[in-house]
Amino acid sequence: MELLVVSLTVFVLAIFIGFEIITKVPPTLHTPLMSGSNAISGITLVGAVISAGAQVSFLTTILGFLAVVFATINVVGGFMVTERMLAMFRRKD
Amino acid sequence: MREILINLAYLVAAVLFILGIKGMTHPRTAVRGNRLGAIGMLIAVVAALLDRNVVSYEWVIAGVVLGAGLGALMATRVQMTDMPQMVALLNGFGGIASTVVAGAALIEALITGPVVPPQFTIAVAASGLIGAVTFWGSLVAFGKLQGLVRDIRLGGAQLLNAGLLAITTALAIWLVIDPAALWAYWALVVSASLLGLSLVFPIGGADMPVVISLLNSYSGLAAAATGFVLNNNALIITGSLVGASGVILTNIMCKAMNRSLTNVLFGIWVPSEEAASSDDVYAGKVKAAHADELAMLMEGARRVVIVPGYGMAVSQAQHAVRDLVMLLEERGVEVEFAIHPVAGRMPGHMNVLLAEADIPYEQMKEMDEINPSFEQTDVAIVIGANDVVNPLARTNPSSPIAGMPILNVDKARSVIVIKRSLSPGFAGIPNPLFAADNTLMLFADAKKGALDLMNALKAG
Repeated sequence: MELLVVSLTVFVLAIFIGFEIITKVPPTLHTPLMSGSNAISGITLVGAVISAGAQVSFLTTILGFLAVVFATINVVGGFMVTERMLAMFRRKD
Repeated sequence: MREILINLAYLVAAVLFILGIKGMTHPRTAVRGNRLGAIGMLIAVVAALLDRNVVSYEWVIAGVVLGAGLGALMATRVQMTDMPQMVALLNGFGGIASTVVAGAALIEALITGPVVPPQFTIAVAASGLIGAVTFWGSLVAFGKLQGLVRDIRLGGAQLLNAGLLAITTALAIWLVIDPAALWAYWALVVSASLLGLSLVFPIGGADMPVVISLLNSYSGLAAAATGFVLNNNALIITGSLVGASGVILTNIMCKAMNRSLTNVLFGIWVPSEEAASSDDVYAGKVKAAHADELAMLMEGARRVVIVPGYGMAVSQAQHAVRDLVMLLEERGVEVEFAIHPVAGRMPGHMNVLLAEADIPYEQMKEMDEINPSFEQTDVAIVIGANDVVNPLARTNPSSPIAGMPILNVDKARSVIVIKRSLSPGFAGIPNPLFAADNTLMLFADAKKGALDLMNALKAG
């Protein structure tokens, strides 16, 4: 139960940090913000890696493998497409 | 000791994610921000591989290689105009990954642990629910944006949604009472999947910016819920950051349409009482012009503002528009872009397209910034936009778009509207701007219209 309270604390504080930073992102960058934040939401990959590598049962290994595939598409696709978009934004010369 | 180091690595990753998003607050620092995020992810994955529960690597490596290949392929192939579809799809994959991880964690807990605490099963249920809704909702959004799925307005959709939510909640409660009931988890995932489908199916194209923002938020919340399942702070912090980001964007989109979130989600349009028919508004007043006349109009202009809309994306007109802008600038005309928050199909859609065409970001102005300047604008060129420049939003309180903030294009001295026809926008109402005294219509597809204008200007 104590662990849950710690987790909840972290959760609530992180939401506040999120609100503070993200309100400062200009509308011009809203699409890269979405694809970039989308890429980091692929952090589930951490859980997927542990499931796929823990070998508790064949079923959990397969589920872990599937989750690794989905989360990696999310992470790699998200970061790469954000990089591609941001590279296009330039100043007036 | 090892566990402490791993947790510290997760902390470093979370800090890098925060700094990464902070970098997004300016185009100059955004590239570095994105890379910081990517480094954070690498650190988190290495830390996960060092977890003492990880005993074999074949499946992990196979999954990473396959996923990275597919992700890289998608990211390099996608056209900038198709970015909303891409983001929708990626959101969905993040969601389903969370659902599957939560399912696997439940099975593992049943095998290894004698007692499964309720906070664990609650988190599992939340992760399954949010992840499945995100996945199927995103697939429908993808299908709509790609033109594969039409809007389906079901009678009693709200009743269906309420029913599905009730079933899902009941299954979640069952799972918490009896954690060994693994079937309840998968049944919950199925009913949440149906909920995701029925939530997004009825939502129309122009409301997509809201839907995508919301699904973005859900994909973060699903990751945060999985963080509670695994007691992993990296997931909790990151998930809540993304959740907050999506909520903020959703809110901005709703405000830009002057509609509440429930109104968008459940499609409750306020019926307009005196909806003027398009004949009344347009009859005898719409002036179609030839590109040559419009070129003459632009030759005398000192300040031109371009208002892009979804039509520009559909016809891939951004490069043609850039060429027109460069020609005008060569002649000493000041050119700026006016971008409505909900122009296009996702937040910032127009900005990305213009950036692709090498338009500097300083030239793209937000609605509040540019609106006061329309009175000093000689020519406003509307390219494939409709509802976001409809003056009825200001003038007619009974209009379905009443109160929606619009770009005050009608205040410019002259207005050129490039549009294929007089067909209404998403709101389904005629636009008096097209019949205004100072408006000239160029009936063409956005790309062809921009090219014609440029050629006429060159020739003139």
